[in-house]
Amino acid sequence: MLQVDREELGRWRALRRLVETADPPTRAAALRAAADRSRTVVIRTIRTAGMGHVGGDLSVIDILTCLYAAVLRVDPERAGWPDRDRFILSKGHCAAALYTTLAHSGFFPPAALSTFMAPLSPLNGHPDRNKVPGVETNTGPLGHGLPVGVGAAIAGRLAGSSRRVYVVLGDGELQEGSNWEAAMAAGHRDLDNLTAVVDRNRLQQGARTEATNRLEPLAGKWRSFGWQVSEVDGHDHLALLAAFAEPGAGRPRCVIANTVKGKGVSFMEDRVEWHHKVPSAEQAEAALLELAP
Amino acid sequence: MTGPLTGAVATGETFDCRVAFAEELCALARADERVVAVCNDSVGSSNLGGFAAEFPDRLINVGIAEQDMVGVAAGLAGGGFVPFVCGAAPFLTGRALEQIKADLAYSNVHAVLCGMSPGMAYGALGPTHHSIEDLAWLRAIAGLTVVVPADPVQTRGALRWALGHRGPVYLRIGRHKVPAVTPPGRDFLVGRADTLVEGDDVTIVAAGTLVSRAVEAAALLSGSGVRARVLNMATVKPLDEAALFAAATHTHGIVTAEEATVHGGLGAAVAEFVVQHAPVPMRLLGVPGVFAPTGDTDFLLEHFGLTARGIATAALGLADARRA
Ligand SMILES: Cc1ncc(C[n+]2csc(CCOP(=O)(O)OP(=O)(O)O)c2C)c(N)n1
Repeated sequence: MLQVDREELGRWRALRRLVETADPPTRAAALRAAADRSRTVVIRTIRTAGMGHVGGDLSVIDILTCLYAAVLRVDPERAGWPDRDRFILSKGHCAAALYTTLAHSGFFPPAALSTFMAPLSPLNGHPDRNKVPGVETNTGPLGHGLPVGVGAAIAGRLAGSSRRVYVVLGDGELQEGSNWEAAMAAGHRDLDNLTAVVDRNRLQQGARTEATNRLEPLAGKWRSFGWQVSEVDGHDHLALLAAFAEPGAGRPRCVIANTVKGKGVSFMEDRVEWHHKVPSAEQAEAALLELAP
Repeated sequence: MTGPLTGAVATGETFDCRVAFAEELCALARADERVVAVCNDSVGSSNLGGFAAEFPDRLINVGIAEQDMVGVAAGLAGGGFVPFVCGAAPFLTGRALEQIKADLAYSNVHAVLCGMSPGMAYGALGPTHHSIEDLAWLRAIAGLTVVVPADPVQTRGALRWALGHRGPVYLRIGRHKVPAVTPPGRDFLVGRADTLVEGDDVTIVAAGTLVSRAVEAAALLSGSGVRARVLNMATVKPLDEAALFAAATHTHGIVTAEEATVHGGLGAAVAEFVVQHAPVPMRLLGVPGVFAPTGDTDFLLEHFGLTARGIATAALGLADARRA
């Protein structure tokens, strides 16, 4: 069973304090450093496993970093605390990014990441809540996270709890109809404790979203389902934090985070083949050099 | 008592059946304008790159939307086309199960579901990506033919047959590499088991990836003085009842082996027939009703005893029980 990592926990708590109290430039620098550290760990993790979804990991990592460093009310020492905020990575193929973020928040030792996808590892290719503390639901088939998030938001209300629910979705994933069933239900019920974040990197597995099955006008779609929508640069930490901090309007919130698939590694950026291509030893080395020169 | 299991397991060239699938589908499309492909952002994983290049207008990629994909296929079928619906088997079958039942099977339209990378081919991507329930689910749907080709020759034959069949079909298109098992000159015949090894002590009934392992098991068993018959039961529905009746009456037990859950798949189908018409001891090999741990495909097949040795051990158990 994966156990809390004290050193990482201490580091994470210090980061949270700093993000809460420091001036914006210091805050931005700390988040940038945390996200880039996670990027290098993701590259190493995928390189060791020989498998993974590097493009989507790199596009979502800034969102995850902001959520865990500044937004989510979670406690790695009490991962099952009933009133914790619920976080769901609906684009479960980006498990390596989630695992790295959880490890860097102290939920378990980063050393475990070297077992990613290895025989009998708790760190399966898609997240398993029965094996990994901090994972709320098992994702992998796209289009499952938002309905579960709606249920979690309704549960929070029924329980009279102030807990909140955050769901991160892929943009290609939004082609699944189940998302829109859930979006309609959340709008109907004015679930203002629910936030959906769309990792809008404009690529899916095999091509661009707009060339495959058009999503635009995406903000308009969410609005018409009764959601409050904001659009931000999904790699600008302060902009993300501002979007998350926006006062609610008694409605569910959707943050469309405009991102770049493969962000941070020049030869991976906005290239469809890096959806699940694995870097060679040389490519990994070049990537690490770009991330931590 | 029989002797211990000895003997080498054959090694040789192995094949990803998606290659034969793609070549055959293009050949069918060249000869028959009704052939169209429908997919869910799965051009690469379904190996449809060649089809897309040659027949860009006849590839309908609906995006990541499996329920829509199967419904769209039903509409195409009603409009004079023969849709080959290509997507990863777990999502194609699991997500769109009701569309498969109502829009294809109950409506009885001619569509060919091509479930790519079935069984545990997705390895460490885990149980969400394993398609081990598909045989149970789809076998329960009236009017649907379920075929699990064991090698490239059967993959091609099953595709050709499905184009001429005029009803709904589910084909499992393997990704995990398998050796060729079909003897030269033998054609795929729907509903007919292929006897790959003759024997009258026990019978091994296998499908898909497990067929070559069953043949190896028979070799191991012969070293122990047990003559095993091996049936490649590529058509899981309808079963070859004549071959099963003969196996149940001429041999002393049946082992089934499949890369699927033992609940409701090939083994269960064989057991349903055998228990009613010719009861005989059986062992069902497959995934024993659990979600797999993390691991690659070979690791998982080994983990669940879905190997030549695992099959041979089960068969030996049946043979020994009878002699005891
Ligand atoms: C129901 C379902 N269909 C298909 C897949 C295969 N698949 C995995 S990732 C992916 C593309 C996802 O694209 P997007 O949501 O945009 O994620 P990102 O680009 O951020 O990686 C697909 C089609 C799946 N996991 N689940």
